[in-house]
Amino acid sequence: MKIAISTSGTTLDAPIDPRFGRAVRFLVYDLEQNNFTLVDNEQNLNATQGAGIQAAKTVVDCGAQAIISGHCGPKAFQVLSAAGIAIYHSDGSTVAEALEQYNNGQLQAATDANVEGHWV
Amino acid sequence: MKIAIASGKGGTGKTTLSVALAQAADKNVQLIDCDVEEPNGHIFIDAQLDKHEDVTIPIPVLDKTLCNNCGKCGEICQFNAIVTIGDKTMIFDDMCHSCGGCILVCPQQALTEQQKTIGYLDSGSNTINCGQVHQLSFIKGSIKIGEAMSPPVIRAAKKKADQNQLTIIDCPPGTSCPMMTAVCDCDFVLLVTEPTPFGLHDLKLAVETMRCMDLPFAVIVNRDGCGDERVSEYCSAEKIPLVLKIKDDRRVATAYSRGEGLLSALPELAPKLRSLLDDISTWTKPATEGKQ
Ligand code: SF4
Ligand code: SF4
Repeated sequence: MKIAISTSGTTLDAPIDPRFGRAVRFLVYDLEQNNFTLVDNEQNLNATQGAGIQAAKTVVDCGAQAIISGHCGPKAFQVLSAAGIAIYHSDGSTVAEALEQYNNGQLQAATDANVEGHWV
Repeated sequence: MKIAIASGKGGTGKTTLSVALAQAADKNVQLIDCDVEEPNGHIFIDAQLDKHEDVTIPIPVLDKTLCNNCGKCGEICQFNAIVTIGDKTMIFDDMCHSCGGCILVCPQQALTEQQKTIGYLDSGSNTINCGQVHQLSFIKGSIKIGEAMSPPVIRAAKKKADQNQLTIIDCPPGTSCPMMTAVCDCDFVLLVTEPTPFGLHDLKLAVETMRCMDLPFAVIVNRDGCGDERVSEYCSAEKIPLVLKIKDDRRVATAYSRGEGLLSALPELAPKLRSLLDDISTWTKPATEGKQ
C-alpha cells in the first residue's frame, strides 16, 4: 500500500507541510517496497480556488490509499472520502516520524475536516 | 446616467449618502443596493418592496448513468469546480462560474445545465419629498445565505434598472470583484471616505482601481473634522476633485440609530447634493453622448 505525506522537502527527514491543498509536494511512500517517489503539487500553490480538490486528485492518481497531512479542508476531505482514501493528521515534525507513528498505529483516521475552507 | 457610490472601506457612510442623493434628486431616480452581502439601504427609505424574484445561475448537473469518468470536464474547468477521482465525478457547484465549458466538452452528454438560485432581487417604489417631489424606485440585491458568488447578483440588480433614468448604485465596500462589478460601466463614481489614516489608505486603493478601470470619479469626505487634513492634501496632490465634505455631526449618528437618513439630520445638505448631481451630469455629458 502507498501512503502520501505532504512535505516541503524531498527526503524522509524533511518536515511535514501542514497544508494539504497547498502543500509543496507529496512524498508517496510504498509500505511494501520501502521506497518512495515525489509528486509535485506546485501547480496548486497559486490556484485561486479548489487547491484541496486538485491535491486530492493528485494523490489518488498516484495510487496512494492514505494521506498524512497537517490540515485538510472540507472539500478535500469530501473528495478523499469519496475516493476511499484514509486521512491521518500527524503532529510529527518529519515525514519519517509520521510514517513511524502510522506504522505503530498511533495515528487515527480523521472523520471530519479539521480546518475551514478559504475559497472566495 | 448611472452614478456609483463606492468606498475602499466599509462603514464610511456609503449607504446613507446613496440614499440621501436619491432623496435629494429633483427628478425620478432609481436606487440600487448592490451591497448584496449586507443590503441595508431599504431601512432608510421606508420602501414597500413588493416585487420579489430569484437570481439564478446555470450550473452543470451530472447524469451518473451516462458518465464514464473520463475526466475531460475537470481538465477544462478553470475553477476546480468539477473533478473526476478514480471512478467518481463530483461537482462543487458553489465554485462554478457558469462558463459551460464542461458541458461542451463532455463526450457522453452526461452534463446538463440547470438553474440554481444564488440570490434575490426585491424592488418597489415610493414618493419622496425632500424639497422636490419625485418617484424613488428601489432595487435591493441580496445573496442567498451560504452562496459565495456575488457578482451575478450585482449584475442582475443593475440589469433590472431602467437605463434611461437617473440611477444611484450603492456598491459593496472594498476593491475586489464585487465592487468592480458594481462600478463597471457607470458614468461616474463617487468615492466616500473618512479623514482618517484608514480612510486615506483605503481611498488610495479605490483610486487605483478607478484609474485601472478608466472611470471618472470624485471624492466625498464624510465625518469631516473627526480626523486630519491628509485626505484633502492627497486629493489636491493627485488632482482628484474633492466635491463635498460632510461635517462630523452628532445629529447624523442620532438619526442613524433611529433608522433615519442623512437628510433628516442635515436637511441643509439636500440643495448641495442636488447641485452635485447637476454638476456630475454636466461633467459626464460629452462622454455619455460619445458612447451612444
Ligand atoms: S466529461 Fe462527461 S463523461 Fe467525462 S467525466 Fe466528465 S461528466 Fe463524465
Ligand atoms: S460550468 Fe465552467 S466553471 Fe462550472 S463546472 Fe463547468 S467548466 Fe467548471
